[in-house]
Amino acid sequence: MPHDHDHPHTLLPSDPALRVKALETLLIEKGLIDPDTLNEIINTYENKIGPKNGAAVVAKAWSDPDFHTALMADATSAVSALGYYGRQGEHMTVVENTPETHNMVVCTLCSCYPWPLLGIPPAWYKCDAYRARAVREPRKVLADFGVVLPESQAVKVWDSTAEMRYLVLPMRPVDTDGMSESELAKLVSRDSMIGTGLVIAP
Amino acid sequence: MDEPAFSEPWHAQAFAMTIHLSKQGVFSWPEWAEKFGATLAAHGLSRELDGGEDYYNAWIETLETVLIDAQLTETAAITQMIEDWREAYLSTPHGQPVKLSA
Repeated sequence: MPHDHDHPHTLLPSDPALRVKALETLLIEKGLIDPDTLNEIINTYENKIGPKNGAAVVAKAWSDPDFHTALMADATSAVSALGYYGRQGEHMTVVENTPETHNMVVCTLCSCYPWPLLGIPPAWYKCDAYRARAVREPRKVLADFGVVLPESQAVKVWDSTAEMRYLVLPMRPVDTDGMSESELAKLVSRDSMIGTGLVIAP
Repeated sequence: MDEPAFSEPWHAQAFAMTIHLSKQGVFSWPEWAEKFGATLAAHGLSRELDGGEDYYNAWIETLETVLIDAQLTETAAITQMIEDWREAYLSTPHGQPVKLSA
């Protein structure tokens, strides 16, 4: 290949980026994938779904006792009714934090996660360290996130799978009685719904 | 809370292709999770994987394996296509769209 430096070529993508491009070309040629659909999928996960969906669910559960009951009984149906459904949202369970039990979620196999409610998981959720340590030493992991729980509060770790994905319903902070659902939703962080954070009153 | 869903465009492309193929029924999601989990476990034997590059490298390796196992493509075809794209990038003047030569 001639390499003329008076006429610089386009920057060569990284090896994995080239591999992905090659796969994409082959699959498009075979008619197995469609570029517009790919862009639509990317747009959805980049812009349309994310932790704000989960935060709205949590705020509603705190504010509306009937919704809370429905959510705890059948989370998949309850959140679908709000428009949160789709890939990795087929089978969801909500686990509720109480003064007696704190819940946290991991996927020890890969990175199963309730996408319609939380979007794509953060890198730390996908790394070996979290996946291995969450089960073995959850309190130490929580401490790394700045969460220190009283000894009297048990920690329960839920292992997400392709068949069942968990969302933590954090405890509503005290002194938030007068707050609206949308105000409450702003307090709810992604980490608090994975169980590696708490919701703190403003 | 507002970190981008994907840190590199190729992560997003690999992810989207996999969702798309699964939606079309090329494989089911539990099947994908099992195979992807196995790749991560194999890679993780030699060192601790991060949740970024390592994760998506395991992802594309799994995707290639799944497609080859389903006889939808072959290793040689993938290798050739990678070289074709490399060639196209190296022979396209900066600023012009990169295309595969017909």
